[in-house]
Amino acid sequence: MQMSAQTHYQAELDAGRFCIQQCPQCSKHVFTPRELCPHCGASPLKWVRPSGLGVVYSTSTIARKPDAGGDYNVALIDLDEGVRMMSRVEDVPPDAVHIGQRVQARVAQRDGRGLVLFHPANADTKVNGSAA
Amino acid sequence: MSIPQSHLDAAKANRHLRGRIAIAGAATYGCGESPGMDDMTLLVRAAHAAVADAGLSMQDIDGLATCSVNSGMWTMPVIEHLGINPTYVDGTMVGGSSFIAHLLPAVRALDAGQCNAVLICYGSAQRSAAFGRKESTAARRFMDPQPYEHPFEPVLPVTAYALAAARHMHEFGTTREQLAEVAVAARGWAQQNPEAFMRDPLSIDDVLKSRRVASPLGVRDCCLVTDGAGAIVLTRADRARDLKQPPIHVLGSATACWNRQISCMPDLTTTAAAQSGPQAFAMAGLSAKDMDMAQLYDAFTINTILFLEDLGFCKKGEGGAFVQNGAIAPGGRLAVNTNGGGLSCVHPGMYGIFTLIEAVRQLRGQAGQRQLTRARTAVCHGNGGTLSSQATAILGTADTV
Ligand SMILES: [Zn+2]
Repeated sequence: MQMSAQTHYQAELDAGRFCIQQCPQCSKHVFTPRELCPHCGASPLKWVRPSGLGVVYSTSTIARKPDAGGDYNVALIDLDEGVRMMSRVEDVPPDAVHIGQRVQARVAQRDGRGLVLFHPANADTKVNGSAA
Repeated sequence: MSIPQSHLDAAKANRHLRGRIAIAGAATYGCGESPGMDDMTLLVRAAHAAVADAGLSMQDIDGLATCSVNSGMWTMPVIEHLGINPTYVDGTMVGGSSFIAHLLPAVRALDAGQCNAVLICYGSAQRSAAFGRKESTAARRFMDPQPYEHPFEPVLPVTAYALAAARHMHEFGTTREQLAEVAVAARGWAQQNPEAFMRDPLSIDDVLKSRRVASPLGVRDCCLVTDGAGAIVLTRADRARDLKQPPIHVLGSATACWNRQISCMPDLTTTAAAQSGPQAFAMAGLSAKDMDMAQLYDAFTINTILFLEDLGFCKKGEGGAFVQNGAIAPGGRLAVNTNGGGLSCVHPGMYGIFTLIEAVRQLRGQAGQRQLTRARTAVCHGNGGTLSSQATAILGTADTV
């Protein structure tokens, strides 16, 4: 049986690994998972492990009733590999998340499935040789 | 994202179609709350009214364009219910922009003689129906999965627009007050429109203090959830001249789609309207400065600001300043959403067709208390998905052809 890109991505997450794709022809990273490189059309794409470091591109605090868990964050994160993904920045109040913030990915397990979440990167996290 | 010259050249290839087709009939039905109605009933009543408005009968209709959020095969039950036998059928579904996206293919089919009268129609009872917005949203998670967004529980569509608004504020210094100006202006127009659903006074302070939904947007930054239906009838211009109403010509039209999910949008502060707009204007041979009004798909307050920029009414980033001090309210420098828009008039899930109907009413001089003194040209702009698809149309009176 063959595996779709979505199935492969989720299987890796379920095993605790965060993988994205990279194009063998133009070398660009690709997210969301798919069959063809959206930049040059090449296929198949290969799976690689990103650094997990990124920057908050945009953020919103979603209102939710306290008894349902209270407000929560939804953010778009630009990974250092040059791709964007939706996620949440946790470990800080949702309103404390801000555009431009350095964040670090981790794979969480929710309801038995792997999920990429982010938390603020440590101030001493080295990126491209400089402190973030 | 910059638009390749080849795309504008492609749009100019439609130049010979400029003005050849006209909107001969237009109608709404059941806007606001229509208890007891369903999508089909509302659609058919609007369709019947639009055909009558044109002075035609349903048996004259030999072209149909329609779509639905809930049914992938919507053209077929509509054909069955209307009792028509079309030689032209278009069921393209690109969200709320669909009914503007239906224009150009219909123009081509009419010009080619494939059909003689095209009905573009929509109806939704999302506010009143048993299978309403909540059920439809839940079902769509299975029918239209977004596995890279749904696990994070974005409340769609509002979260997507909140992310765009937050980014616009960050990049350009756009303020919540400027966003609120859009809602206040829409309410000002709605107060002059008996058909508008919300007509109570609304201040900038009211908008800022409204219940937060997804920061930076509050509930008054969000469109209404109403019932409603709308329909227009297109014919070749020579025939339209002999019909009941003054013909309103399609001068330009184009559709652009860059993504589905908000996380896959290249740049949240520039929409595909930056492509569909210049293409539609290129076909029309006109630009934003030639427009007497703009009917823009205002699902959220940020939409209006984004589309004013992307359609060329101001530079990128200056939309917030553009709308300040009542500039798009009645008596302002540019008439925008003169019916009250999706924010205050009507928003039954997909709003696009109502931009066309309001433009037609204004261009015919039939807009009542809110009638503009100068109304010869209009840009109508539709948005679909979560800033996913964009469709633009330029309409004009007979003396603009
Ligand atoms: Zn490539």
